[in-house]
Amino acid sequence: MEATLFYILATMLVVFAILTVTAANPVRSAVYLISALLSMAGFFFLLEAEFVGAVQILVYVGGIMVLFLFVIMLVSVRDMESQRRMSRQWKTALVLGIVLSCELVFFVVQGAQVFSADTVDQPFLNLESQTGNTETVGGLLYSTYLLPFEIASILLLVAMIAAVVLTQKRL
Amino acid sequence: MVDITHYLVLSTIVFSIGVVGVLTRRNVIIILMSIELMLNSVNLNLVAFSDRLQDPSGQVFAVFVITVAAAEAAVGLGIIIALFRNKETVNVDEIDLMRG
Repeated sequence: MEATLFYILATMLVVFAILTVTAANPVRSAVYLISALLSMAGFFFLLEAEFVGAVQILVYVGGIMVLFLFVIMLVSVRDMESQRRMSRQWKTALVLGIVLSCELVFFVVQGAQVFSADTVDQPFLNLESQTGNTETVGGLLYSTYLLPFEIASILLLVAMIAAVVLTQKRL
Repeated sequence: MVDITHYLVLSTIVFSIGVVGVLTRRNVIIILMSIELMLNSVNLNLVAFSDRLQDPSGQVFAVFVITVAAAEAAVGLGIIIALFRNKETVNVDEIDLMRG
């Protein structure tokens, strides 16, 4: 059951990712990316990370992608489609991408026995059995990872101010 | 039970698709979307290891990555709007203000 779901979601993710990169129209590209992100959220639910899956849908699909679509509408879409889609270096880039992919897959397969089932003898403290996933992640965010959490909030504030300043009229 | 290697290979493939997108496309918006794809493939790794090691810390880091992605998208799109207002283009080949 889990394996079937994995392969269905994996096929969807890879197909939508390729379509995102190859689509001529940026609006189509954004819609394909939304589909890819939704299949990624499916993986998070499959891996019992319900909180991250929900955040993925809310923040990515509901926030970031709507922002992308707004910007695509703001800059004119008309003259984008008539132009050449790919840059002149696309052949080199494709070869480099395939080489990178093969290298990474090679190293993952080489190191596969490190992650295999019997190497991790003692699982870390598993709180999920007592509480929900959201509660566990929230507890960690406010205890162990309190400082990174605060830094992330400052980062968001900086990004918000930067976006406001950058989009001013006279810049 | 799906082996973690499957997740790692899948995330590698999606990351490479993102790399190819960044290198080949000429539209800045689609390049930004490819970067989002790459960030997301890293999230898949983090959550897969979190499930494998039964340690929720990986999910916390995935949340941080999503935060950084949101900040990056906001600033990047702000830059694109400022650029389009000044140069009337979103084509990376025509954006060469820094060329000496």
